[in-house]
Parts: sequence; structure tokens; C-alpha cells
Amino acid sequence: MQSKAPLPLMAPALAWLTAFMVVPCALVLGLAFFRRGIYGGIEYTVTLENLWLVFDPLYFNILVTSARIAGLVVIIACILGYAAAFAIAAMPRRWQPVLLFIAVLPFWSNYLIRTYAWMVLLNREGLITQMARWAGYQGEMPQLLYNEGAVVLGLVYSYLPFVILACYAPLSRLNPEIAEASLDLGASRWTTFRRVTLPLTRHGIAVGAVFVFVLSIGNFVTPALLGGGQFQMIGNVVYAQFLTANDWPFGAALSMVLIAVMTVLLLVQTMAAERVHNPGDGHA
Amino acid sequence: MTYSRSPLAATGLLAIALLTVQAAGAQTLTISNWDGYMAPDAIANFSKESGIAAELVVQATNEEIMGKLIASGGAGYDVVFVSSPFAEILHNLGLAETLDHARIPNIANLYPEATMLAHDTGNTFSLPYAWGTTGLCYRSDLMAEPTSWNDLLVPAAGVAGKTTMLATDRWLLAAGFLANGMSVNETDEAKLNTVRDALIAAKKTLLAYDDTTFYAKLVSSEAVMVQAWDGWCNYGITDNAAIKYVIPKEGSDLWVDTMVILKGSENKDAAYAFVNYILDAGNHRWAAENILYKVPNKAAMDGLDPALLTAYPNMAITPVQLLSYEQLRDVGEAQRAYSRVVTEIKAAQ
Repeated sequence: MQSKAPLPLMAPALAWLTAFMVVPCALVLGLAFFRRGIYGGIEYTVTLENLWLVFDPLYFNILVTSARIAGLVVIIACILGYAAAFAIAAMPRRWQPVLLFIAVLPFWSNYLIRTYAWMVLLNREGLITQMARWAGYQGEMPQLLYNEGAVVLGLVYSYLPFVILACYAPLSRLNPEIAEASLDLGASRWTTFRRVTLPLTRHGIAVGAVFVFVLSIGNFVTPALLGGGQFQMIGNVVYAQFLTANDWPFGAALSMVLIAVMTVLLLVQTMAAERVHNPGDGHA
Repeated sequence: MTYSRSPLAATGLLAIALLTVQAAGAQTLTISNWDGYMAPDAIANFSKESGIAAELVVQATNEEIMGKLIASGGAGYDVVFVSSPFAEILHNLGLAETLDHARIPNIANLYPEATMLAHDTGNTFSLPYAWGTTGLCYRSDLMAEPTSWNDLLVPAAGVAGKTTMLATDRWLLAAGFLANGMSVNETDEAKLNTVRDALIAAKKTLLAYDDTTFYAKLVSSEAVMVQAWDGWCNYGITDNAAIKYVIPKEGSDLWVDTMVILKGSENKDAAYAFVNYILDAGNHRWAAENILYKVPNKAAMDGLDPALLTAYPNMAITPVQLLSYEQLRDVGEAQRAYSRVVTEIKAAQ
């Protein structure tokens, strides 16, 4: 950061963030250090037991499962999203805004409705089954809904536009002459992609990947609906602590660990982005 | 019941809440209830009859209103609708008004059994609003009649993969407790672990855990048997007469939703007038006719159209039979163990 933004211009945004983001989060997270009252209130005795409980195998394994699912979502979304962004960037200039608009269009509808739409499609008596029957298939359909695959599908679908947008930005800015030079010098298309295009646009993938990971690992709506409540992601456990178990201190402790993981990832992302914009620290 | 909401749209509620005149002074009654759990015009009619301004605050769950009441020490509300274990908690916390029956003449409309409920014998701090059972709701055209909770936990070949269970801690565990012949309020760790293992085994045969759309899954034939509250099974029966409700031979829990007046209420007279208004035969009957829940009000139930009892046989379950089932009670500290066990079940792969 070379230039210093004038403080008076930043003040409103900073005040807003402090009052409505930092302070409420701090208040909730502060609960992590207190004890749950017998009927769900807060007993103001300081304790670390909530934070230790997060690392109890039961809850820690749920955290690991959530990270695994989020990781799987990132890999699939990055492959699909990068390919889509690459294709869009390769189209004639005047078509690109239209295609991007189409890619982002689902974002304009409610997340819950989009998730329910998948339930309509995938359930045992849903549209996919009906189409299969119509096409003459008589046998028992495989269970498409209420399993891990449905959750991964739902998350990929929901967050794919993030990757497309994040990858499109560097891909569209890439000077085509660089790839042409590589081809002229004898590299194959694949080699040109692998050694020239991909390295020059990888920070777009990194930005998209971190967004998708952070949004997926904390998600609780998709596992509850498309997973049929049959496996828990950490977001569901946090939700249950606040809304059904009335154990706010433990919910706060789980949130604290989750926010810590996300903060580290976002910091790494920011540092990586800084390096791309200000190269010259030794790496290419 | 945690998600007591009528599927009959209660679109008028918001309008009524907005139209309710906020009279000056302390005589504005604040009531918390689930959306659609009383007649859309109940508040307006009560205000018209009594001249007392009232407003309705809608709660999504028991836990939501309990969170507010515990945080405020009971301030801000005059009458709340909560399930019986939560009424017990309000009583234990000293937040519930000790009821003066002389100010509730319509209490005489209640069944004698409704004054013998285990959580509050003699209705000292709560008045029952609706009651019922939790059993099996199934498609009689697609499977044989189930008789045991084990028909749900260990389903037959054609049924496996087409069942759902309730996701809420207490009822999910209740299915396991009852199947094993235990109390629905069991807190012994070894027994809890037995039930946990049975429910993890049952999970492998489930379509989903579902608290809100299970009857729709029966209607669409996505599921053929679901763990259900009797009133909710009726919503499925409305759409498909082949759907039937049965209480397994091991029994059911008895769930009771109640009205509690808060001790901190500054409008006690108005609060008493309101609960008395609800216990009126005609007003209370609204819930039976529209939500298809049994109400513990003899005068209200006696006035039901017999055709309703034929169409929805579980509406005719007698108070004597209801009282033979054990109520879900507040289990205090053991609630933490319940939450943990349910997390273990849901996280098991």
C-alpha cells in the first residue's frame, strides 16, 4: 500500500463496519469465554471449556468433513469455472458481456429458491425421474437427493459464478500476443496454456477458490435441504447451538474457530494478490 | 411442537398486526405465538370484544421466544405460547404467573384430563392449548400397516430408503427411546448410547430427517412412512386419503402446547381476559377445525362436525388415551447430552 487514502473519506465506511460488523461479532465471540446457564442463558464465569470442546473429536471431525466437502467444491468449481471463463474470454468482444450476464443471472434469484429448485429436480418423483420414465426407463431410479453428492452439486452450482468472474478478469486482460509469441516459438497449444496462460491467470483461480471455500465451509442451508439433514457441516452445528440447543457460548466458540480459518485464508489470498500486482520479490 | 405452523396460509396476520391500534397507556397486550397457530382475526376480535388493544409477535420456534424471555427476564410479553417443557422452564425460572382460576371462567371448558397433565397438575402456571401424539404416518396403498417403532427404525426391504424421521432432538430420540421400551425423558448415559446406536443404524435406511415437509413427501410418494405429529399427518390425509396415522404398540409421547402468562406482565387483567377468550368453546374450536390439532377443550371438541373425525381419525383420540402417554419433560442439564447425541447421530456416516 503506497498511497494513503484520506481518512475523512474512509470514515463513514469504517464507522459502519465497526458499528454493525466488528462490534456485534466481538460481542457474540466474547460469549465463547462464558458458561451456558442450565436453561440456555449465559453464566458470566470465565472458562475456556467451550474452545476445548471445539477440538473434541466429534466436532473436530465435523470441521474436517466440512473442509473436505468445501475442498471438493473448490476443485470442481475451479475446473468448470475456469473453463467457462476461458471460453467466454475467447469469444468475440461484443458477446462477452452478454455471456457473463447469463453466467451471473442465477445470482439475482433467492438462494433458498435455487436450492429448492434442485429438490424439485432431483427427488425420487422429481423432474429427472419423470423424464427418465417418459423416455421409457422402468427400473428403480438411483437416489439423487439427500446425499453428499447433492450437497456438493448444490454448492458448486451456487458458487460457480464467483469463479467465472474471478477467472474472467485476468483472462480478458491477457494480451493475446503473449500466447501468439509462445505458439510462434514452437510451443504446442497445451504447452502454451500450461506454461504461459495458466501461470499468468492463476491468481484469478486463487481468488475464486478462496471465496468458494469460505462460503462453502460455513454453509448450512444446502446441507440441511439437499443433504436431508443426514450429515452435518460445521455451519449446521453452529446453527443448532444458537437456535435449538440454546448453547450460545459453544456456538460462539465454533464460530470463532471458523472465522479464524476464514481470516487466515483471506489474508493468504490478499498477500498472493499483492504479489501479483507488485512483483519483483524474486519469484516470477 | 417446535414448528407448529398451519399450512393454511395466515396472510391476514401481518395486516392485523399492522392494523392493531396501539392504545395509549399500559393496556396494550403483547402476545407471542407461532405463525398461523390461532385464528387470523383472533386478536382483532378480542380487541373489539374487550376494548383491550393487543399485538401479536410471531415466533418461529420455542427456542426463539425462550431466548428472548430469558435475556429480558420475562419483560416485554404478557402471554406466550410454548410447548410444555418450555412452560416448565419458565416456571422453574420464576417467570410464569401463578394462575388465579377465578379470573379464567372458561377453564371449566377443559377436559378433566387437561388439568392432570404431568408437567403442571392443576394448571398452576400453564393452560393447555393443543395436544396430541407422535406416531407413524404412512401410505396404506404402498405398504402394510406398521405396528412398531421398529418398523421405522428397521424398515422392511420395500420400505427402506423411503422413510423420514423428525430432526428435532427430543422427538428423534423419543422414537429410539420408545422402540427400546424406555422413558422419553431417559437421561441415563448407557441407555442414551444404546438409543444413539439404534438411531445411527436407522439413519442408513432413511430418506431424510424432516420436520417441515414430511407429509408432502408422502403425498408425492417420495416417502412411504414418516415419523409425524398427528396433526401434521392430517395435512397429508387432506391431499391423499390413502395416507393413514398409527400410534405404534410401544406408544407415543404426549405433546402439549400451552399458554403461559408472564409474572412480569403489567397488564395482568388483560392477559387473563385474553387466555379466557381463547378458552371459549368457539374460539378454541378454530384450532381444531383449521389446524387439525386436538384441543383439550371439551366444549370445543364436542361441537366438532362428526365428518371431521371420520376424515381424520386421529382427531378422535380420547383424552384418556392421550394421558396414557408420557409427556416430554424438561430434562435440565441432560439437554446438553441430548444435543451431543443428536449431533453424533447426524454426523455419523
